[in-house]
Amino acid sequence: MRGLRQIFAVTWLNLRNLPQRIGSSVVAVIGVAAVVLVFAAVLSMAKGFERTMISAGSDDTAIIMRSGSTSELTSGLSNDQTLIIANAPGVLKDGDTTVMSAELYVIVDVKKKSTNTDANVPFRGVQPGAFEVRNGVTLVEGRMFETGKNEIIIGRAAQREFDGLDTGSTIRFGQTEWRIVGAFEANGSVSESELWTDVRVLQDAYRRGASFQSVRVKLQGPGSLQDLKDALEADPRINPDVMSEKEYYSGQAAPLSRFIKLLGYPLTILMSIGAVFGALNSMYSSVSVRGKEIATLRALGFGPISILFSTMIESTLLALVGGVVGGAAAYLVFNGFQVSTLNGASFSQVVFNFAVTPDLLINGLYAALIIGAFGGLLPAIRAARMPVAQALREL
Amino acid sequence: MKYFRLIWKNAWRKKIRTSLTILSVFVAFLLFALLSAIGFAFRGGVDVADAERLIVIDKISLINPIPISYLNRIAATEGVEFVTHASWFGGYYQEPRNQFGQFPVNPQTYFNMYPEFNMPAEQFEAFKSNRSGAVVGQELADTYGWKIGDRIPIQATIWTKADGGRTWEFDLEGIFSTDDPRGSTALMLFQYDYFEEARAFAKGTVGWYILRVAKGADPVRVANAIDLQFANSPNETKTSTEAAFAQSFTKQFGNIALIVTLILGAVFFTLLLVSGNTMSQSVRERIPELAVLKTLGFGDRGMLGIVLAESILIMLMGGLLGLGVGWVLVQGIAKGMAAFLPGVYLSPAAIAGGVAMMIGAGILAGIFPALTAMRLSIIDALARA
Repeated sequence: MRGLRQIFAVTWLNLRNLPQRIGSSVVAVIGVAAVVLVFAAVLSMAKGFERTMISAGSDDTAIIMRSGSTSELTSGLSNDQTLIIANAPGVLKDGDTTVMSAELYVIVDVKKKSTNTDANVPFRGVQPGAFEVRNGVTLVEGRMFETGKNEIIIGRAAQREFDGLDTGSTIRFGQTEWRIVGAFEANGSVSESELWTDVRVLQDAYRRGASFQSVRVKLQGPGSLQDLKDALEADPRINPDVMSEKEYYSGQAAPLSRFIKLLGYPLTILMSIGAVFGALNSMYSSVSVRGKEIATLRALGFGPISILFSTMIESTLLALVGGVVGGAAAYLVFNGFQVSTLNGASFSQVVFNFAVTPDLLINGLYAALIIGAFGGLLPAIRAARMPVAQALREL
Repeated sequence: MKYFRLIWKNAWRKKIRTSLTILSVFVAFLLFALLSAIGFAFRGGVDVADAERLIVIDKISLINPIPISYLNRIAATEGVEFVTHASWFGGYYQEPRNQFGQFPVNPQTYFNMYPEFNMPAEQFEAFKSNRSGAVVGQELADTYGWKIGDRIPIQATIWTKADGGRTWEFDLEGIFSTDDPRGSTALMLFQYDYFEEARAFAKGTVGWYILRVAKGADPVRVANAIDLQFANSPNETKTSTEAAFAQSFTKQFGNIALIVTLILGAVFFTLLLVSGNTMSQSVRERIPELAVLKTLGFGDRGMLGIVLAESILIMLMGGLLGLGVGWVLVQGIAKGMAAFLPGVYLSPAAIAGGVAMMIGAGILAGIFPALTAMRLSIIDALARA
């Protein structure tokens, strides 16, 4: 009990004369803040991207593509094959019609507002079932495109990110002119980066005959995916890859988010090491400035343990302040910040928001605490072992 | 130089502090080295682009194929020296994660177009005379341990064969390299004729054309003439210089590269701030000693020089060590990521920039303490001691 009171008293004394050492303390705080800021900012990019990709996929929707294709863009299915899928076991029916959408996925060059240069924007031809096989896609402006007409509806995120996609305007791709008749939202998922039109119209415009690239179907229940897989893989007329939509989008997200993390974690570790040096420096100078004070305390009967802890606490508190400042800055500056990038897996643009999530901030604070503890340990030991007589003589 | 020993001794007066400062500078420049090398890769070959080469793609999107019949019409356009073509194959080796560029090409004209790729003449001849032959860049051969004579199966993701198969097999006939350390050779080339004959669909098309502008011709005028020729046809074209083409790709990664750069700038600045602060702190503590030096007859200029030199010396020690370790790591990263992110390279310009930043940071961190030392009044300073 007495030990605790000592620690408390010495720590309080330390903190009260902190303003005298403000220069090096502020530098230590800034060092830690920068680590947490960069950690949260870089990883919030990966978080936001994953959220956009993965929230698009659901477990009860299956996506069927040609075997071996790595994305919808490289797949190809004939009209007959889509009919086989429509009648396969496990797919949900609404009366007599299957809840499905056979789709075509192409890329068009549209100017990005931020750079004013062409970007690969995904252009999807869909069937009427497209809204039913996806969760949470709703029209928020204008109206639905009419089948058989050159009309497009645009994802909200694409509309914000790319030039000339406002509802009511027309846009020209090659020889064909398209009217933009509406806009849709999809809970911030990857679908919002896309342009949608009637699949038949897109097939004609891109001379794709009656071919498709993917089929999405709603599944009857949890075991249905396996039934569908077994049935289609046994059918000699079709050579498909069948997976849940969630699985598909996770796969599409993996390379880029792995790349960001591969960059983010080593970066954080390296910077943390740099920040530990900063903290060490500031704590060593704090200990040497307070040399006489510490010696006096020891002479008055305060134990070495209380000196050790007070120095550790000072360092940890400074780091914690840095962590909070860095985390708050990351949240204020980056959270919700919209960007778009080329996702290599689909060769097309994905629009997403940075997501500075609570778990990122908490991990950032852990990093700050670790930096503070490492930065304080050696100086604290030195303070505790300082020979009293010699330190006092220097008075 | 004759004061080097004095500066050295001064720098190491407080061993722990100096070591810690050097280590934080080390970390800052290690980061700098890694990030400028990765940043170089993100610029995507803009620096190695040839101004005399133009790329012709479909106007709607790069993924749309263009008829092979355009070849002769482009070649006949005024100001075009010669033309070749390539297509995107997009397969993988063994596992989907082993992806790299594979392009069906016309061997003769393609290698004429890219003289920077060197390959022994007998290998080139063997490649030309084998329909199912292929050549790969040195980087790729190293990554997968391929030797000449190997039979390499590539799994197609797009191009099924007319017989329904997805596995394309190639005989490795040659390995090419480039003298330019910035250029990537993580690619595989094979015969367009074989590709054209065996693929199931989209016959009679290529992915894009590459042409060389004749000497003295204006690239912009040539590009416009080509696009005009195909205007209002089913396949309108978009012609740009190789540099502009590469740049448009880089820009597609968009704000991400920019944001990473900004974040890193902030990091770097902070680390320098940390080390700068300790540096000025250590000079402040030594004011009495500096006064003694002045008493011994060191002039104002000398004092300025000694303190500045110490600051620069500490930056250089940490910084050069950081760049050196960074350089070694970059070699490893470049090898490891050759297929995924080709062109990771620490350019001489980046190294020079780094050294300039060390000296600049040394001056910034040292200038105020140095001025204090210069203006020091001996009496006051000694009295403080």
